[in-house]
Amino acid sequence: MYPANFDYHRASSVQEALAMMAENPDLKVIAGGHSLLPAMRLRLAQPPALLDVFGLEELRGIRREGDVFVVGAMTTHAQVLRSELPLFPEVAHEVGDPMVRNRGTIGGSLAHADPSADYPAAALALGVEFVIRGPGGERTVPADEMFVGMFESAVGLGELLTHIRIPASVRGSAYEKFKHPASHYAIAGVAVVRHADGEIRAAYTGAGERAERLPLLEERLNAGQPAGEGLVDAANLLGDRFASPEYRAHLVDVLAGRAAARV
Amino acid sequence: MTDRTDKYMGQALKRKEDPRFITGAGQYTDDFVLHGMLHAAMVRSPYAHARITGIDKSSVEDMPGVHAVLTGEDVAAAGTGPIPVGWLLPELKVPPHHAVAQGEVNHVGDIVAVVVADTRAQAEDAAAMLAVDYEALPSVALGSAALEDGAPQVHDDVPGNVAFRWEIGDEAALNEAFGRAHKTVKVNLRNHRLVPNAIEPRASLAQFSPASGEYLLYTTSQNPHIHRLILAAFVLNIPEHKLRVISPDVGGGFGSKIFQYQEEVIVLLAARLLGKPVKWAARRSESFVSDMQGRDHESEAELAVDAEGRMLGLRVNTVANLGAYLTLFAPAVPTYLYGTLLNGVYKFPAVHAKVTGVVTNTVPVDAYRGAGRPEATYLVERVVDVMAHELGMDPAEFRRINFIQPDEFPYQTPVALVYDSGNYEPALDMALDMMKYPDLRAEQERMKGTGKILGIGVISYVEACGLAPSALVGQLGAQAGQWESSLVRVHPTGKVELYTGSHSHGQGHETAFPQIAADELQIPIEDIDLIHGDTGRMPYGWGTYGSRSAAVGGSALKVALQKITAKAKKIAAHLLEASEEDVEHAEGVFRVKGAPGQQKTFFDVALMAHLAHNLPEGLEPGLEATAFYDPKNFVYPFGTHIAVVEIDTDTGHVKLRNYGCVDDCGPLINPLIVEGQVHGGIAQGAGQALWEDAAYDDEGNFLAGTFMEYAVPRADDLPSFETGHTVTPSPHNPLGVKGIGESGTIASSAAVANAVMDALWHECRIPHLDMPYTSEKVWRAIRDARGAGLGQAADD
Ligand SMILES: Cc1cc2nc3c(=O)[nH]c(=O)nc-3n(C[C@H](O)[C@H](O)[C@H](O)COP(=O)(O)OP(=O)(O)OC[C@H]3O[C@@H](n4cnc5c(N)ncnc54)[C@H](O)[C@@H]3O)c2cc1C
Repeated sequence: MYPANFDYHRASSVQEALAMMAENPDLKVIAGGHSLLPAMRLRLAQPPALLDVFGLEELRGIRREGDVFVVGAMTTHAQVLRSELPLFPEVAHEVGDPMVRNRGTIGGSLAHADPSADYPAAALALGVEFVIRGPGGERTVPADEMFVGMFESAVGLGELLTHIRIPASVRGSAYEKFKHPASHYAIAGVAVVRHADGEIRAAYTGAGERAERLPLLEERLNAGQPAGEGLVDAANLLGDRFASPEYRAHLVDVLAGRAAARV
Repeated sequence: MTDRTDKYMGQALKRKEDPRFITGAGQYTDDFVLHGMLHAAMVRSPYAHARITGIDKSSVEDMPGVHAVLTGEDVAAAGTGPIPVGWLLPELKVPPHHAVAQGEVNHVGDIVAVVVADTRAQAEDAAAMLAVDYEALPSVALGSAALEDGAPQVHDDVPGNVAFRWEIGDEAALNEAFGRAHKTVKVNLRNHRLVPNAIEPRASLAQFSPASGEYLLYTTSQNPHIHRLILAAFVLNIPEHKLRVISPDVGGGFGSKIFQYQEEVIVLLAARLLGKPVKWAARRSESFVSDMQGRDHESEAELAVDAEGRMLGLRVNTVANLGAYLTLFAPAVPTYLYGTLLNGVYKFPAVHAKVTGVVTNTVPVDAYRGAGRPEATYLVERVVDVMAHELGMDPAEFRRINFIQPDEFPYQTPVALVYDSGNYEPALDMALDMMKYPDLRAEQERMKGTGKILGIGVISYVEACGLAPSALVGQLGAQAGQWESSLVRVHPTGKVELYTGSHSHGQGHETAFPQIAADELQIPIEDIDLIHGDTGRMPYGWGTYGSRSAAVGGSALKVALQKITAKAKKIAAHLLEASEEDVEHAEGVFRVKGAPGQQKTFFDVALMAHLAHNLPEGLEPGLEATAFYDPKNFVYPFGTHIAVVEIDTDTGHVKLRNYGCVDDCGPLINPLIVEGQVHGGIAQGAGQALWEDAAYDDEGNFLAGTFMEYAVPRADDLPSFETGHTVTPSPHNPLGVKGIGESGTIASSAAVANAVMDALWHECRIPHLDMPYTSEKVWRAIRDARGAGLGQAADD
């Protein structure tokens, strides 16, 4: 279908974008549009007005600041794929197809908090930080507080995710994904990262309502034990005709084992 | 002048039509714009079954741009008849299929009302707002559930939801054969439902001229003449010549663009009522619930063999889910296109099949690439594999000892067909060689215990295409002829137009048909164009389906061309002042045998035919010929396909690792086109085996209405295919050709299914699971079998 009617605005700077959002609470940010537009075409989303921030140069690109990479929210998946970031390039490779990767953005994906998106697992395992600007100024949100629920991130109304701060060096990392046969999003995905200090962090995505850390896996791996089974409780997972909660829980175990073997 | 001696037939020419498709220069229905054109949007039922208790037109009539809201009442008031069925069976119950629902909707997506507005966006906005009151009725989606006592009734006039009961074969002979059996196996199989998913969604654009009373319809069709016949004679009640149907470039059909659809009736009617052209173009989400779907059988199959492993008989009982209405060929697909193929490539003394056609609250089911033959092939080849496993015989060898032998053709099967020609063993051997079959079996053993299991699926198929002759199909219930026409028009300059009733929407006719003509006329292919898809320009024709274009349409062309060359030779002989017997048509010229230099070119002859200054006494001027060709029999392509899958036992994920096939479609007109057809066909059939599933819940809610839910194969899901051919010409058409458009699909679902089940049999003695082999299904089956200790059996 066509989307319902909407107004369209384009911001020329972050500052202007924030001012426009403060003035008009109906404004919905559009980045690459690769999650928002499909929802609008199905009329699942009917925003009265869009604010396009895709073209903002200040939100694009990757720069190094000491031991972190600062990644602009409008950096595309394709740019991430070709970058020196830890883990993210491997994950970006799993996102959609070349058309999606040329247009979709890392910030859009993480702000959107799609439960079956790939990046959130990596963000949690890497322990990235989110730089968010809003009417009250700028704040930094740790990864563990970013993914609040299904399609719900810590980015609030009137706020803009501007940057993601990613640790520049880790000792090892891996992402294992099991694709949905139709959408190719993650039915389950597990990221495992061995940080510079030797600590292992792990997280899963796809299987539940939101991406989450895998404390039991981390505990075992940090104790030098194998990944094992029973990492997540099926009772907390999603199920559909492609994958029941029980199967998703099993997949998390399998993928965790495979990812752990690679770090 | 032409001095070519090379042959075009058999050359892998690149397709002439591709540059325009690849560069976006194709002209599809939705590309046509007529002056003052309005746009229609359909209001579709969200219910599987409901009574419409009220439609409040005033809820949208004042919305911007809205011209009209049409309901079932308006359609009835305009005198528009229901859409007829094109194939009748004895005692067939046909529920009326109206262009717009009249009081009751019977599937999700059924059309409730139509909004016509200035722009498409306005029409869609208003359609989304139209206030419709429904009273939900009990509904049923699964064929076997619709047959149960107390099941919801889909239509009052189809008692028990049974549209027909049909059978074929000699039941007494079959029972006698089973009495002699050494071993029997019984398998329950579901051949699940599919969405065709042509890349171009359907679209129609209609215009009515009050001055002449003529209609013009652009529509996405595989067979424009059939639409003209149905729409004029049955629906609109106008003379046929007052309706011109044009199917311009069409982006794929796979069967789904054969049928007479509601929307075509609607735009014609709206154009007349509103006095302006009206266009409708489907959104992909509409295609999912309004394109006729495919397959959907539930079957029980039982196979008997003697002590030597020779097949004695096959017993089949099938429930065919027809969906909410009977569409054009729906009754034929699970009967004459399915039951008659249940003999496969084997020497069965007896086969007997019963088919119950059932209506349900789902999108109608009709022909989809292969139409009945994939269902038959899947059933036969699956049960043959189950038997081979039970007997401990190699599946390839079990097939081999049961093949019909080359000296037994023409071969009368126990299920009505007479196979024209065949030689099944060379195709099997070539395929086994191509895939290094013994090495695969050795690898399968080596992989045990690695967490991966290898499966090898071998199938041998025969299919029937180019449905014919007309008199026979008429006896079987077809309300259509099955011949094809061709008109060859030679211009004074020697340039040639070929007209055919065979529509091309991916088959490459614009290249292949000129190849046939260039050889017959012995002129350069650049001088020849093919024209199709316009009832205003060509003689009557029946269109493209059932892999009939080359065998029937190509043969019609060949006959018309022969008329041209016969007349041309007469003219040439006259001009050369020689007797016709002394003139030969060779090396691109007409020449006097044994008199070098005494020759006339095709151009010389064409020009004289038109100038008519010097023609043989009594010969009509002009150089044009029409042929109507009615074949003597079907043609029967055959072959062997081998699929190799690797299953990850930890996740149940199935990877299609290798695929090889040997097909026999007689002589290849254009090997590149054949290869393309085979590749696409394999992908589509593999899609059914591994991913695609038009799933409904028990109440008929459609669960797979977007590509986020409906999994089609993608390039990276598929291996590179290896293809090969044996060539056994059909004895009864002038080209010797058989069809190849559907073979890939007919064979590959079964081949991939057998590969998956071969793996699961070797690993843990699972005899059968239904397609699609989704990872959770496979993972559970392995886990449960291992839990039951069945894994051990594999190591015995
Ligand atoms: C065919 C297809 C396949 C795909 N496959 C995958 C896949 O395999 N894995 C996967 O992870 N994803 C997949 N995606 C989704 C893709 O990654 C999206 O690009 C991404 O999820 C959203 O990024 P975007 O820039 O397009 O955001 P948009 O669609 O523009 O926005 C998404 C949401 O985030 C909000 N938003 C965007 N940017 C900001 C910001 N800076 N601050 C605050 N709010 C913001 C928007 O308001 C909107 O609500 C697929 C998409 C398509 C179309």
